Amino acid sequence: MSNNIKIKVKNYGFYYGKIKVLSDITMDIEQNTITAIIGPSGCGKSTFIRTFNRMNDLIANSKVTGEVSVDGINIYKNNVDVVELRKKVGMVFQRPNPFPKTIYDNIAYGPRLHARYSKQKLEHIVEDSLKKAALWDEVKNKLHTNALELSGGQQQRLCIARVLAVNSEIILMDEPASSLDPISTQKIEDLIDELKENYTIIIVTHNMQQAARISQKTAFLLTEKIDEPARLIEYDDTNKIFTNPGDKRTENYITGRFG
Amino acid sequence: MKRKNLIQKFWNYLLLFITLIVVVFVLGIIIYLIVKGLPALSWEFITQKPEAGMRGGGIFPAILGTLYLIIGTIIFSLPVGIFAALYLNEYASKNRLTRIIRLSIVNVSGVPSVVFGLFGLGFFVILLKFGKSILAGSLTLALLILPVIITASEEALKTVPDSYRQASLALGATKWQTVIKVILPQALPGIVTGSVIGIGRAAGETAPIIFTVAAFSQPNLPNSVFSQVMALPYHLYVLATQVPNAPENIQWGTALVLLLLVLFFTIAGTVIRTRARLRKVNL
Amino acid sequence: MLWMEKFKKSKFRIFKTFLISKFVFINGIISIVVLGLILAFLIYNSLKFFSSYPFFDFISGTRWSPTVNEKFGFVPLMVGSLEVAFGAILIAVPLGIGVAIYIGELAPRLVRETLKPIIEVLATIPSVVLGFIGLKTVVPFVKNIFSLSIGLTALSGSIILAFMSLPTIISISEDAINAVPNGLRNASLALGANKWETTYKIVVPTASSGILAAVMLGLGRIIGETMAVLMITGNSPRIVFSWLQPVRTITATIAAEMGETVQGGLHYSALFGIGLVLFLVTFLTNFTADRFVNRIRNII
Repeated sequence: MSNNIKIKVKNYGFYYGKIKVLSDITMDIEQNTITAIIGPSGCGKSTFIRTFNRMNDLIANSKVTGEVSVDGINIYKNNVDVVELRKKVGMVFQRPNPFPKTIYDNIAYGPRLHARYSKQKLEHIVEDSLKKAALWDEVKNKLHTNALELSGGQQQRLCIARVLAVNSEIILMDEPASSLDPISTQKIEDLIDELKENYTIIIVTHNMQQAARISQKTAFLLTEKIDEPARLIEYDDTNKIFTNPGDKRTENYITGRFG
Repeated sequence: MKRKNLIQKFWNYLLLFITLIVVVFVLGIIIYLIVKGLPALSWEFITQKPEAGMRGGGIFPAILGTLYLIIGTIIFSLPVGIFAALYLNEYASKNRLTRIIRLSIVNVSGVPSVVFGLFGLGFFVILLKFGKSILAGSLTLALLILPVIITASEEALKTVPDSYRQASLALGATKWQTVIKVILPQALPGIVTGSVIGIGRAAGETAPIIFTVAAFSQPNLPNSVFSQVMALPYHLYVLATQVPNAPENIQWGTALVLLLLVLFFTIAGTVIRTRARLRKVNL
Repeated sequence: MLWMEKFKKSKFRIFKTFLISKFVFINGIISIVVLGLILAFLIYNSLKFFSSYPFFDFISGTRWSPTVNEKFGFVPLMVGSLEVAFGAILIAVPLGIGVAIYIGELAPRLVRETLKPIIEVLATIPSVVLGFIGLKTVVPFVKNIFSLSIGLTALSGSIILAFMSLPTIISISEDAINAVPNGLRNASLALGANKWETTYKIVVPTASSGILAAVMLGLGRIIGETMAVLMITGNSPRIVFSWLQPVRTITATIAAEMGETVQGGLHYSALFGIGLVLFLVTFLTNFTADRFVNRIRNII
């Protein structure tokens, strides 16, 4: 397994201004695996997942310490191009955020940014991405209608398709189903499970059943005291975390004693 | 208890009365202008040149001159204003500099229009040697309405949800690509609305163009950006105060045409905004 | 590893990003540049006047007679401007604040939605059109009612300028009134005050600094307004302390005389000089008003 490490995190810390919110995180994330990040709300899960595509760069006065490597390259080194990084590391947000454009233009947005494609090639990419996101059958007859007319669940799968269209290798998902109904959630979960064949997926979720259902690895983050940064308490196979956690604090959280 | 309510009634009616005075005044102006000006309006009036020392004929050169100035003003103010708003809303971090910029915008919008005229004369007409010309006049007007355009554009940019920016950046778009492909198209109706209303204002300005472009009489139509032109607001001023015995109906007709032109911009702006809103609601 | 190479920022992209950000930045600071250039030009062009004409004679001189005997006394123009502005504010403030309170606080929704756009139209009427209409209506009216030989007076100017400043005063006062938190209103109503008591004891005092800012911005407009005063105040540069006599304002002087001056001459430079004074006065007014506006933003 060890030569299938996709992402290495070493002594990672994160600051908002002077306030340290994440500290001392070290973990290896495996290729073609679904890794869930769980923890009580406010513990920095979203901040942590935004580390991998450097979306945190947008926050003024934020600072990262330690090392985060993707395919062996420290992505916080000065000469790394965040644009290239974000092509490789796609992201799906908590609320579906399709552009107010047509379904077709939403999917084609990324490919058009990065290269000049012929019309046929672009159509092929759109169809292919929508198929992979299990949305093609529902929208193939209305590709040129506004994406905002889709239901919430469809919008979220569209956002996933949009990431697939830029050929990302890693997909970050920040509570992708938290604003959806149970049926849509089910569809998204099935989709995520299929995607792991070809992608490395990191998913933040506050829903422990969801983490247990879909992930192979689980990381538990916790802020133990107010004013202290959150730390990685335990990181292991999902099965082990949920059946036989190695840490008392994990057990407390899993069994619902706090959080 | 009764007294209390009587006082309330009294003030309510007094303030209603005051409001009605203002409303009646505004409606009065417009209706009076239409009643007095409408008889002068004819196809000839808006398509022919003035005759008999401006005591006859039409006002075509003044209308055309104002249209040229409007076009020039749009060209010089719109791109700069939009980019300035982009800087403030998308690129700049909140610091001392942006505070100074905002303060400058407020103060530029408070500079009297005649001072813009002085500046246009000193800078564009004399120093840059543009002479009294369409170029100098529209540059001066452009500076005058820059604050309106920046403010309107910034308001419009603020209405674009942050989630669009994040989605675009997360797909590997650069900031510039995000601005051009996602943010600007979303903000455009708002930008256009505010700008159109501002440009209408510029079209009605007189003081800034007296020294920079406006000709007392220029029957020949302009042939380059360095030509002087007649302009509607200045023409109205000239007719009303500088031409003895100018026929009343020509004066009122000119005033009405100017008002209609300015109102056209205001109404067009409002229509664009309403349509954009309706489109959003329908989704 | 191809991926490693791709990961590095390309020189081209670094350069492009740099150019774009500089370009946007230059546009961003345009308003500072414009403000600075205007000030610099007013100073530059008025240098000749201020260096050759005794400053004391300018600031305290009672005669403005540039063509006959090169007298550039500022007092008549200042008195003219102040007289017209004072009269205008006297008319505009009660009207403007009254309308703002009625529309912002008391009026039923339907009435507000009908009346507001009508008042907003006033802001779009060009000043030359308002001046023209004043010339045709207010001027004869003032002449007849006070049986004057001429209706081109400070009062006529004040009336038109008052209406010109109304949109500014009304819209900014109304914003300030709307910004008063509903909690305050409810608290007052719950204590048994009726709507009017709540309005004048709670809402108006809370909004007062915004209303003050509105009045100042209106004043800025009045002092800077040119065309209407040029057309209807009679343009006589004499010191008079009567609203029923012709006066001449700073703005009208610039607009009326610039055409007759010799470029670079003393008169030309003097007009830039009074332009500079005008600029500084309006700058201070707006600056102060902006302070007030920011203060309400911070409180509420």
